Order: sequence, then structure tokens, then C-alpha cells
Amino acid sequence: MKDNIVIVGGGIAGMEAARQLLLLGYKPILVEKSDHLGGHVADWHCLFPDMTPAQQVVKDLTEQIKDANIFLETEVSFINKMKMGYNVMFSNGVNVICKAILLATGFDLFDASKKEEYGYGIYDQVMTNKDLEHWFNTGDDKRITGKDIKKIGFVHCVGSRDVKAGNQQCSKVCCITAIKQAMEMKERFPDAEVYCFYMDLRLFGKKYEDFYIKAQMESGVHFIRGRVSEVSENLQGQVIVKTEDTLSGKPAKITLDLLVLMAGIVCNREAVQTASMVQVPIDSDGFLKSRDNILNIIETDSKGVFLAGTATGAKTIPETAAEARAVALAIHNYLVSQQ
Amino acid sequence: MMEFGFSISPSSTMNLDKVDFSLYERLCEIEPDAKKCMACGSCSATCTAGQWTGMSVRKVLLDIQRGKEAEAARLLKGCMLCGKCTMVCPRGINTRHLILSLCRIYGEDEK
Ligand SMILES: Cc1cc2nc3c(=O)[nH]c(=O)nc-3n(C[C@H](O)[C@H](O)[C@H](O)COP(=O)(O)OP(=O)(O)OC[C@H]3O[C@@H](n4cnc5c(N)ncnc54)[C@H](O)[C@@H]3O)c2cc1C
Ligand code: SF4
Repeated sequence: MKDNIVIVGGGIAGMEAARQLLLLGYKPILVEKSDHLGGHVADWHCLFPDMTPAQQVVKDLTEQIKDANIFLETEVSFINKMKMGYNVMFSNGVNVICKAILLATGFDLFDASKKEEYGYGIYDQVMTNKDLEHWFNTGDDKRITGKDIKKIGFVHCVGSRDVKAGNQQCSKVCCITAIKQAMEMKERFPDAEVYCFYMDLRLFGKKYEDFYIKAQMESGVHFIRGRVSEVSENLQGQVIVKTEDTLSGKPAKITLDLLVLMAGIVCNREAVQTASMVQVPIDSDGFLKSRDNILNIIETDSKGVFLAGTATGAKTIPETAAEARAVALAIHNYLVSQQ
Repeated sequence: MMEFGFSISPSSTMNLDKVDFSLYERLCEIEPDAKKCMACGSCSATCTAGQWTGMSVRKVLLDIQRGKEAEAARLLKGCMLCGKCTMVCPRGINTRHLILSLCRIYGEDEK
């Protein structure tokens, strides 16, 4: 019988780590607080860069980890350190003694209503990147369905690169998400003019720049460089956006039928509590603190406690999955060293 | 008229609702690569005429995208068609050809 391993969080990070640990012959215990696996990805529609259906990715992974012990709608109640490992108590009453714990607790999407000047939750025609993915999946959203949409705007960096909002960091995935969603909207509303309001376009990943060129060449998306300063609503219920067109060096305004806010990736506040039970501190950017950020991003200073995925900062799915594979190996090596 | 010593300045805000895209669309039809510009500024940095006349392919394209045709035409007058901008454009836009096409459109409009 191999040692017990507890994985907290059933997003891509937790699932891929579980998959690898199963392949290595372990039977990990995975706890997920919501009623389904997949984490945030379960809410998305098509994934950059290949436009893979998100549901397919979650389904494939779920299928491959069915032999793990999976507890849904379960959280960690408390963790006690013991001589040889940890005693973990779950909210469903199950108690486990384990030698390794993986925190794959993911991220929170920035609460866009905190940027009051953008009018989320105040003006009718303002939504978030997540709301738009939901509409792609369900076709159900009164801001779009049945509306005459002629002009659409995408606001980059909402709650990211924003010291006052408490998040200095770049969320990495929202530039490419904005461009992806802009093109998807142009497909659905071919007559609409689509605008992206950006400070920089951070298109670092494989094929991301191709998306940018395609958005310019094929979809005719207009890119306006400047951070949106404020949004208001007119009598017709449209939104009026103010920004500086910094390339022209002039303030600009525009009336839109729909405004999509690229809410950023911020730390999962609840996870901070779980992490504190095993003495994993919070880094200066608010995410869980790795031993270091070069070669030991998946390790912590607490013995037998590991990290993977967006719990330590913004990441794409391939980056998250790569870390999850690395962490499975790190856990295996750790357990072997403890024998 | 009484002079009060102050005046009203016109608003410098660009109203993007009123932008006339027709010249930009005509240009894109014959020069689709016009859409590719990412405003890096390589063309302006290397332009021999730019430092004296203000000519900049980047600015010409931006002006056309913002419906400012007269301003674009003014800048274009400084171009000597040397083609250095074409050599440096990282997106591979044939800027010299684009300038000629643009002049042709302006020429047609003058007829
Ligand atoms: C709008 C948007 C679109 C995106 N689109 C793409 C894309 O197209 N392609 C791409 O590569 N990437 C995309 N991403 C990035 C992608 O969402 C992340 O890489 C991925 O979700 C990270 O997975 P994760 O497991 O680290 O975290 P999460 O997805 O956040 O999963 C964490 C899981 O842990 C659970 N959990 C948290 N705390 C606890 C706890 N204490 N106890 C129990 N369970 C807990 C949560 O309920 C959740 O299920 C997008 C991101 C955004 C914001
Ligand atoms: S990825 Fe782009 S939109 Fe997102 S925070 Fe970074 S610069 Fe802003």
C-alpha cells in the first residue's frame, strides 16, 4: 500500500496531478469544494490557442482520474501536523493521515464591481469575460440575447496592473482572452464594430500573436491604446466609454451597445486559510508563496506540502498542467526519500 | 464686441462615434496589409523625411483610422518615397506601395 496524498482543489492543476499520481501507482484523495470538477475551466467555452471545447478537456481529465478518491462539495476543516506527516479532517467527516499535501486551490476572478467607474452591476450593458463565456455556452444573457448589437468594446486589465485595486500583477491570460472573445463576437455579429482598449498587448504564448494578426486582418477588430477611465450610460441604455487614445495623444469617447470587462486573476482568499493550516505564507503579490520562483515554484518551506497551478499566480492551462505533472514527480520523489 | 480677456477653447476629445471609416476601408481593399500595423514606430524612426516634415507612416495610418484625411494628406506630402520604412517594418507591410496606393486614392478624389 502506497502512502496517502491529499490534493486540495479539483481544477486543472489538481486533476492533472491526480492523473499523474495514479499513473505512478498512488491513489490520491482529491477534495473539491464545489459540486463539480474542472475549476474555472468548466465555465469556459472554447480555449485558446486551438479553440478546443473546454467541456471536452474537463471530460477527458475526469474520465482519467475516476480511480482516485474524489470528494465533491468537501473542504478541509483542519490539518494537524504529526511526526511523520499530517492528519487532515474534511468537512464531510472523513479523517486522513497523509505524508504529502498538494494545494491546487486556484484563483479567484477579480470582482469587477469593485471598479465602480466601469459600471459592472450598475449599467445594464456591462458584463465580464466570464459572463461572455457563459453566454457562449448557454445563449442565455439578457444583455445580448435579442438585442441589436452594433458596437462592442473590450476593456483590458480590469483589476490587474492596478495598485489601487490591490493587484499590481498582470493576469497574463486576459489579453489573449479579449482578442479571442472579440473574434468570437465578430463571428456572431459580423456587422458589429469591435474595439479593444488596451495598455499593452501581452501576447506571450504559443500562437497568441497569430490571434492578434488574425483579429486585425480578418476580423477587423479596432485596437485603441489607452486605459478606459470611466463609463457612463445614455438614455437609450448604451454605454459611453472614455479613454485616451494615447497613440493620437487625445482623449476619446465612444458609444457602445455592449462592454466586456476583462476581469483579472487574483488570489483565492479562502485558500489562504487552508494554506495557513500548513504554515504556507502569502507572497507579496497575494498568491501562495513558493520556496522560490525559479526552480522550486511547486515546493514550499513546509515539509511535504506542495503547490501547483494558479494558486501561485496567473497561468494558462498548459502552464498549469505542466506544473501539475512536475508536482506529481516531486511528490513521488519526496515520498521515496521518506521511506 | 466687448473683450473680456478669455475665450472658449474647442474640445480636443475625439468622438469615435463620428469617425468616417470610408477612406480606411477603401485603402484596406487595395492594401489589406494596412490593417496589420501595430504602431511600433519603426517606420517613423527610420524615415529620412520625418525629422523635418513630421512624416510617419504609423501616424498616416492612425489618422486614416480616425477619419482625419486632411492631416494624413499633409503628412504624406513630406514623403520622398525612398522606401526605408518598408525595409524596417517588422510586420512586412510594403509601406512604400501602401503610400503610393494612398496617393492614388487621393488623386482620384481630386479629379
Ligand atoms: C476568462 C478566462 C478565460 C480563460 N481561458 C483560457 C483558455 O482559453 N486557455 C488557457 O490555456 N487558459 C485559459 N484561462 C486560464 C485557466 O482558467 C487557468 O489556467 C486554470 O483555470 C487554472 O487551473 P487551476 O486548477 O490552477 O485553478 P482553478 O481553475 O481556479 O481551480 C481551482 C479549484 O480548486 C477548488 N478549491 C479552491 N479552494 C479550495 C478549498 N479550500 N477546498 C477545496 N477546493 C478548493 C475550486 O473550487 C476550483 O475547482 C482562462 C482564464 C480566464 C480568467
Ligand atoms: S494579460 Fe493583458 S489584459 Fe491581462 S492584465 Fe496583462 S496586460 Fe492586462
